Amino acid sequence: MINYIIRRLLYAIPILIGVNLLTFLLFFVVNTPDDMARLHLGMKRVTPEAIEKWKADHGYDKPIAFNPAAGGMKTLTETVFYEKSLRLFLFDFGRADDGRNIGADIRQRMGPSLAIAIPGLIVGLLVNITVAMLIAFFRASYIDTWGVIVAVAMMSISSLFYIIGGQFIFSKTLRLVPISGYDTGLDAVKFLILPVIVGLVSGVGSGTRWYRTIFLEEIGKDYVRTARAKGLSELSVLFSHVLRNALVPILTGVVVVLPLLFMGSLITESFFSIPGLGSYTIDAINSQDFGIVRAMVFLGSVLYIIGLILTDISYTWVDPRVRL
Amino acid sequence: MVRRLSDYPLFSSLLFMMAVIGCTGGPINSPYREGEAGENILYSSFSARPKHLDPAQSYSSNEITFTGQIYEPPFQYHYLKRPYTLIPLTATKAPVPIYLDTEDKPLAADAPADTVAYSLYEITIQSGIRYQPHPAFAKASDGNFLYHELSANEIAEIDTIGDFKETDSRELVAEDYVYQIKRLAHPKIHSPIYGFMSDYIVGLPELGATLRKVQAKAQKEERKTFLDLRKFPLAGVEIVDRYTYRIKVKGKYPQFPYWLAMPFFAPIPHEADRFYSQSGLIEKNITLDWYPVGTGPYMLSVNNPNRQMVMLKNPNFHGEVFPSEGIPEDSELGLLDDAGKALPFIDKVVFSLEKEGIPIWNKFLQGFYDSSGISSDSFDQAVAISGSGDARLTDEMSEKGIRLMTSTAASTYYIAFNMLDPVIGGYSKSARKLRQAIAIAIDQEESISIFRNGRGIAMQGPLPPGIFGYRDGEAGINRVVYDWVNGRPQRKSIEEAKRLLAEAGYPDGREKVSGKPLIVNFDSTGSGPEVKASFDWMRKQFEKIQVQLVVRNTDYNRFQDKMLKGTAQMFQWGWNADYPDPENFLFLLYGPNAKAEKNGENAANYANPRFDALFEQMRSMENGPRRQEMIDEMIEILREDVPWVSGFHPKQFGLYHAWYRNIKPNLMANNTLKYARVDAALRAEKRGDWNEPRWWPLILVGAVLALGTAPAIVSYRRKERETGRGEIV
Repeated sequence: MINYIIRRLLYAIPILIGVNLLTFLLFFVVNTPDDMARLHLGMKRVTPEAIEKWKADHGYDKPIAFNPAAGGMKTLTETVFYEKSLRLFLFDFGRADDGRNIGADIRQRMGPSLAIAIPGLIVGLLVNITVAMLIAFFRASYIDTWGVIVAVAMMSISSLFYIIGGQFIFSKTLRLVPISGYDTGLDAVKFLILPVIVGLVSGVGSGTRWYRTIFLEEIGKDYVRTARAKGLSELSVLFSHVLRNALVPILTGVVVVLPLLFMGSLITESFFSIPGLGSYTIDAINSQDFGIVRAMVFLGSVLYIIGLILTDISYTWVDPRVRL
Repeated sequence: MVRRLSDYPLFSSLLFMMAVIGCTGGPINSPYREGEAGENILYSSFSARPKHLDPAQSYSSNEITFTGQIYEPPFQYHYLKRPYTLIPLTATKAPVPIYLDTEDKPLAADAPADTVAYSLYEITIQSGIRYQPHPAFAKASDGNFLYHELSANEIAEIDTIGDFKETDSRELVAEDYVYQIKRLAHPKIHSPIYGFMSDYIVGLPELGATLRKVQAKAQKEERKTFLDLRKFPLAGVEIVDRYTYRIKVKGKYPQFPYWLAMPFFAPIPHEADRFYSQSGLIEKNITLDWYPVGTGPYMLSVNNPNRQMVMLKNPNFHGEVFPSEGIPEDSELGLLDDAGKALPFIDKVVFSLEKEGIPIWNKFLQGFYDSSGISSDSFDQAVAISGSGDARLTDEMSEKGIRLMTSTAASTYYIAFNMLDPVIGGYSKSARKLRQAIAIAIDQEESISIFRNGRGIAMQGPLPPGIFGYRDGEAGINRVVYDWVNGRPQRKSIEEAKRLLAEAGYPDGREKVSGKPLIVNFDSTGSGPEVKASFDWMRKQFEKIQVQLVVRNTDYNRFQDKMLKGTAQMFQWGWNADYPDPENFLFLLYGPNAKAEKNGENAANYANPRFDALFEQMRSMENGPRRQEMIDEMIEILREDVPWVSGFHPKQFGLYHAWYRNIKPNLMANNTLKYARVDAALRAEKRGDWNEPRWWPLILVGAVLALGTAPAIVSYRRKERETGRGEIV
């Protein structure tokens, strides 16, 4: 298994270089360093000298990816791409355009993102599996039919609707929780209830439908019939046998997203004013801060690769037949 | 078997959550901590995190909200008086320039501008003003600064500025003001006004060049260097004594004192610059850009731009008092009730990050924010427009005791032509008539009504109300576009626009010679759902005179490119005043300021020799009848030439709760928090009334769910007892 993990980690290097290159190209196709300077320096009284000074200070005064004037290896190394990208592989994210240390900001914002994402994932998983089990138990009945209809309807509705609806019902009308905001420690709990509930409700449709399909596939197998023939109760069949065997596809979906929980949720964090990494990314895109965008895309890619490796490893835990 | 609460994890979690949210003391939906309810705190929000709090760099309105309360330039705007009046803040008297000739000999106060080589401003500040407590001033018993040379181990224990145990203060001196002016030229500080001020402050560009050389040398030698600006002379700025300094400005520049009321010219102590230059602190985002050091009424105690910014009353604030004079209405409105009382009134100001409009609005209605603007979505809920066009609060708002305050912003949003364009630009008679026809066709009043809920005044000229030179009523109307009918301006008819269009060589919207339809391209950077409607509306305006409009919507970067290259044809832009002087608006049409060739602010690339000549005279004049005459003539030239086809001056609507007092919109001052007062007891009472929790719908939903699951349970039990043949055992 160690060899497998090392091999996968080595594969990750060209993938990360590719991701970095793609981010770089896409960003600079839309924004030139001059654009970034102008946006950063403001709308008023921006002189060409100020733009040049800003670019020089932020390392954008060199050619983007190819510097023929430099000669030799410097043709490639004395470029914005090389200078801005190499440090990423050492997890040195550098500074944002406003001078703040990106690494420090990421560390600070990871907590709030996880504070929503972890309870959301755990509660969501429990509810989705339970509801899917219930529907699978009543398969081919009116509960199954209506359950699927409601699930499809719920997954067809935009998450924005759930957010605004949740804020309207629980905060504005019932006045039970704050409409938005965040605090540290235990004081954060009251701010997390609504985002977690909204995340749960918005995901229950798709989750239930997906898990129902998995459970129904398992329910038709011979070992389930054998378990029933032994006289086990249906609950015991479902939770002790079906659920255990359905864990492989469930794990595929869950483990892969575990590292991405760090990245936060773009819309939820914005609407609930949660100072996590999702809103950090959105802000950076809006303010054309390449340093942050590049760091977040890189971090997302690294976490995704870690997620995939963890998924592979988890297969060996839940299914002893799998060997890496 | 005895069951414990922990055997029911879901139930116990719910109980725990209810306990947490139920034990806050105040309303359970309060976003603030327990115990804050009755405190003298002002609650506000910010939507975009400030990028800079360094007064040399900060220029955005969302930043000046903070810097304005912390830093104190020598002058400020009187809070109540109108027209806006500059008064001393830390200075002892109002600014009076001494004019000098080329040999530095004094000239008369009314010397013509062309004879004035320099203007000298001597500023004396009050003694006894002290900085906020700050670790940069803390000294050890041996007299050395405690925190100016921190070791790696010491820095490892520091995460925020509050982690420093010792703080101290010192008296404000003239040197601090001089230090800050030098910082405008610092190579590592991107001051937005450095380029502009280099044209005025004697020696500033030379200082910039020197500092760049020193910095470059240090970088070449790969050594980190702290530039102690006290060691670098600035020719045009000198320290006279402990409390007095002089600034020498090129030529006659009467607008310069307005700049001296902005945080760019606030003092920075050299100790702070030295303290914040330590690389270990910079790594932790502890910089002057994020942790200001000022003498103002407030000091930043929490700086988390990702969540919350908190300002506390500066314990060292000098004895400024609430003004005792204003305009006559101020007394009736109770704005002079606090006259002579020591400022500031509020102990703490909490700004929370809110990115979306809906939470801000709902929190305001729940009493958790003390004031709010009005978005288009909530306009109808808050404001009713009477038949005569007056705005008043809806009953729902009035019942809550909310007050509405309106003011016309010192801003102009305009639609302009690129005067370099071969079709629509130029200064020929036909080109003028074409633009005049379009100016009549674009019904700005309708646009304001549809897209801004009536919150704006259609532009008659570039100057907004409140700025010297603006004329109200019949004398102020644009006679090219309007007639004065029944005591109000009335837009000329579309027939008149069509006649002008025909005279311009485009009868029925087609070129007379070739018969080709006239197509005008409109460059815009709009986004959001309402943009399409506004573009459709704009096309309809042109259809009225049978001209085709092509909207070229793009992102701001591409738009900027087009503007810089002068390739746009018609576009939309705006300007917020830096200071209340007509020069700050009319320079937007001054020829040498063209955007396309000179990267100036004249986006229309308008150049009229007569206008330019008048501008050059007008800008250095004091306000008076002669200046008014010249402005009138300049505006008439613009109306004839029509470089700006249409536009409006936005009206700002602000809502304030009954407990929020001493509020008077002041569009120039940015340090107004010190005048505000809140009645915390009334606020706590109202919050309690407005936020009674409603539990019954939850209980009802729970009951319905329980009832709904009963058939499922019955069905489950039956299924469990069923045999393979469907018999129940």
